Amino acid sequence: MTLDVAALRDEFPMLSRRVGGKPIHYLDSANSSHKPNCVIDAMSTFMREAYSPIGRSSYALASEASDAYEGARSKVAAFINAYSPCEVVFTKNATESLNLAAQSWGRANLDKGDAIVLTHMEHHANIVPWQMLAKEKGFEIRWVPLTPDFQLDLSSLDQLLRGAKAISFTSMSNVLGTINPTRELCEAAHAAGAIAIVDGCQSVPHMTTDVRAMGADMLAFSSHKMCGPTGVGVLWAREALLAAMPPFLGGGGMISEVRLDDFTCAELPNKFEAGTPPIVEVIGLGAAVDFLNRVGMTEIRRHEIEMTNYAYRALTTRYGDAITIHGPTNPELRGATFSFAFRDVHPHDVSQVLDQHNVYIRAGHHCAKPLMRLIGANATARASMYLYSNESDVDALVDALDDVSTIF
Amino acid sequence: MSNLEDLYREVILDHYRSPRNKGELPPPATCTEGANPLCGDEIKIFLDVADGVVRDVRFSGHGCSISQASASMMTTIVKGKPLADVRAVAKRFKQLMTIEENDGTTPTDIRLGDIEALQGVVKYPVRIKCAVLGWNTLLEGLDSTST
Ligand SMILES: Cc1ncc(COP(=O)(O)O)c(C=O)c1O
Repeated sequence: MTLDVAALRDEFPMLSRRVGGKPIHYLDSANSSHKPNCVIDAMSTFMREAYSPIGRSSYALASEASDAYEGARSKVAAFINAYSPCEVVFTKNATESLNLAAQSWGRANLDKGDAIVLTHMEHHANIVPWQMLAKEKGFEIRWVPLTPDFQLDLSSLDQLLRGAKAISFTSMSNVLGTINPTRELCEAAHAAGAIAIVDGCQSVPHMTTDVRAMGADMLAFSSHKMCGPTGVGVLWAREALLAAMPPFLGGGGMISEVRLDDFTCAELPNKFEAGTPPIVEVIGLGAAVDFLNRVGMTEIRRHEIEMTNYAYRALTTRYGDAITIHGPTNPELRGATFSFAFRDVHPHDVSQVLDQHNVYIRAGHHCAKPLMRLIGANATARASMYLYSNESDVDALVDALDDVSTIF
Repeated sequence: MSNLEDLYREVILDHYRSPRNKGELPPPATCTEGANPLCGDEIKIFLDVADGVVRDVRFSGHGCSISQASASMMTTIVKGKPLADVRAVAKRFKQLMTIEENDGTTPTDIRLGDIEALQGVVKYPVRIKCAVLGWNTLLEGLDSTST
């Protein structure tokens, strides 16, 4: 079954927004996705009809709200095939999830003489938290290099993993679209006695996620890239790992006892959710998960492969050598995210001209400066698609690029 | 696309395509680096200052048409000028870019010449940073040479 994209688009009010009297073509979903009515409605209905603080109060509405909040946790757990909802920790975003991993697990486990492995295609969110800790603790950070066709070069993986305590890597590059062999990397990590931390920001919204099949030990992702609201992210980790990790943020909600001289932590997952959580946003994320399940992750992935094919063909047919698409050419090995160079026009100038045509792409380093250095560019233009992207969005991009040629 | 013509004036595109004073100067000329961390643009400004005058200036780096053209135009206007005049022009330019108030200390009759063409940038607030990158780096360079 293929997606009824036209019907789906009707569920996203922002997609009918017009600017300057003309429709918009949103090609920046790798950055953040739009939200369907069911998510918007779930949040506003909750605030209108069922809002209450959770956890601390004993009145009826508080337990109703707590149930809704915990219900969303269960939905997220099922969505990624977690062993138990208590393995799902709500954070502010994936960046906070990765900082939690570094500051809690990392701080407790990494010291001088230790090593962790990252890759050359990481987002700054999966680099800087580790560098911050490494500066303090003096452990080594090793890097998995890339092959010329923008895959991870796994030829020296076993060597890199030797003696390492963790590998933390992205399941899909937010710049190149490359889908990494997550399962193979997790297996190699375990064989070397290391844990595997997966930055799932770019894959969780776009394809089926099964943490058990993946064999991962931790997985970080953001709600706002998967049709949910901003303000909430997820860190999933195996229960035994979470149980052994020290708390990250301290405060209300994460304790079971506080005395003047000490405290004890609450049970999982509350131990990692200090302070009033983003209750409304978590409800919204739960609705987003329901929505994605209704549409079907397999169908979403299939649609994006078709769109990748379509875009690849449209761009290269019209522009040939004038366009360089960074990343794998095989659509099975990549997501629907295209970083490209167009003639020798600077990406900001490309995106500026496209903006005049209501074609919204991102230009810049995409928070992946080490990767940009490998590509040999300070910036790229990036068009990225999602379940609601259609041929007309791609056609608009291709046509608008003509205007870039005219001006430059 | 009339709006874009306002941003990408012919004189700007000309400086972008054929930048003036692009390159480097050997020491004792100073080299100051500037960057726009949000977009990754990087620039180096080489300054040869003697007797209170900018005797020579070069720039290198990568960036969008606006940052490159702005730096190129800047070099043509500051070369050979006394430091006080250079600072006044920089101030005037930043006022044009609306990032500095006109506090009355800068004579408004300072001639900006070609640089006036960058006025269209003001309508695109995210690009203002591109336009002032070279100028801010120049000012930093002047501060370090005068101490
Ligand atoms: C691969 C990857 N990791 C991490 C992040 C950070 O996500 P957030 O900004 O939602 O914390 C992003 C988002 O840009 C991403 O693409």
